[in-house]
Amino acid sequence: MLRLGGSVIGFESSGSSSASKGESVADTIRIVSSYADVCAIRHPKEGAALVASRHALIPVINAGDGGHQHPTQTLTDLMTIYNVKGRLDRLTIGFCGDLKFGRTVHSLISACVKYHGVSFILVSPRELKLPGYVREEIEAAGAPCAETDNLGETIADMDVLYMTRVQRERFFNEEDYVRLKDTYILNKQKLASARPDLAVMHPLPRVNEISTEIDRDPRALYFKQAEYGCYIRMALIKDLLKEARG
Amino acid sequence: MTHHSLTVDRIERGLVIDHISAGSGMKIYHHLNLDDLDCAVAMIRNVKSGKYGHKDIIKIENNIYLDLNVLGYLDPNITVNVIEDGVITGKQKLILPTRIRNIVKCKNPRCITSIEQEVDHIFELTNEGARSYRCVYCEQAAPKTE
Repeated sequence: MLRLGGSVIGFESSGSSSASKGESVADTIRIVSSYADVCAIRHPKEGAALVASRHALIPVINAGDGGHQHPTQTLTDLMTIYNVKGRLDRLTIGFCGDLKFGRTVHSLISACVKYHGVSFILVSPRELKLPGYVREEIEAAGAPCAETDNLGETIADMDVLYMTRVQRERFFNEEDYVRLKDTYILNKQKLASARPDLAVMHPLPRVNEISTEIDRDPRALYFKQAEYGCYIRMALIKDLLKEARG
Repeated sequence: MTHHSLTVDRIERGLVIDHISAGSGMKIYHHLNLDDLDCAVAMIRNVKSGKYGHKDIIKIENNIYLDLNVLGYLDPNITVNVIEDGVITGKQKLILPTRIRNIVKCKNPRCITSIEQEVDHIFELTNEGARSYRCVYCEQAAPKTE
């Protein structure tokens, strides 16, 4: 927003917003609508952005609603894949890590099933498998999909590898988080059996699921991906403001 | 040994909710808030049925408004007969509603409906064959009705 010449009204943290006092999302967005031209909402509850959009007088961007969806990250991801592969169809895309609560995974799969010839390899521990509603989208599209808990055995088949972090904030139980957080670590050894043109992506932040030793590998695209995120979000805000002003 | 069959008087005017799955009659009764009615309501359970083996029936001696969406969601095999002057003047076959509002609650503790009081609990039909519905906010599956 700042790079577009606009200004930002925000909160330092959720603790300094009225939400922490128990204000509803509906009321918060009504107030924000009075002060801003466009709103990006990130909220821990799934569906919060949808509720906000129904009470807002301004465009609302879902910047992540709990473990549900993250559509602007998907725009970023699609832009990254297109720039490196030159296409969005006929790709084998691997998703690895927390596929249950990984909202960027859900949104990206929802987008990718619309492209012809895309197939999926889902790598996760049993407890963090893809939720049913995303799986149904894959089935409805008739896209080939393989599930495994072994990254090393499947990495060679992938055009894109989308790594995710096991997120502490999604777990009600600390023990489960600790048990699962280090299940997959992408390192030089695993990457050795991958295709030379594999695109390694990550929505960031990472913790230790991608070893820093591969940051300089030309297949590591996650920092470029973050850069594209800035451009695509600028484009989205500009487009929404143009639309809102007629 | 003499067999006695239970008979419930026919109604002159009102509604007969027929072909309710055996055992589901009370659930339908409560969902439709039939407790609140002043008129006569008969709840008949485990009636022999050629088509389903056994069924429940509810007779309401008044032509009240019925939320057919509720019935269609709870049990799409139900038929609703409209009675005038003691005869059936209309038969309503139910269909699965594409959207249900405040009939079931989302059980997902991560869903916005768990904290946002003024939000309706809305589910959309996502698979007609499987009769499955998902929350429009978090996409959690609705609890099965059977």
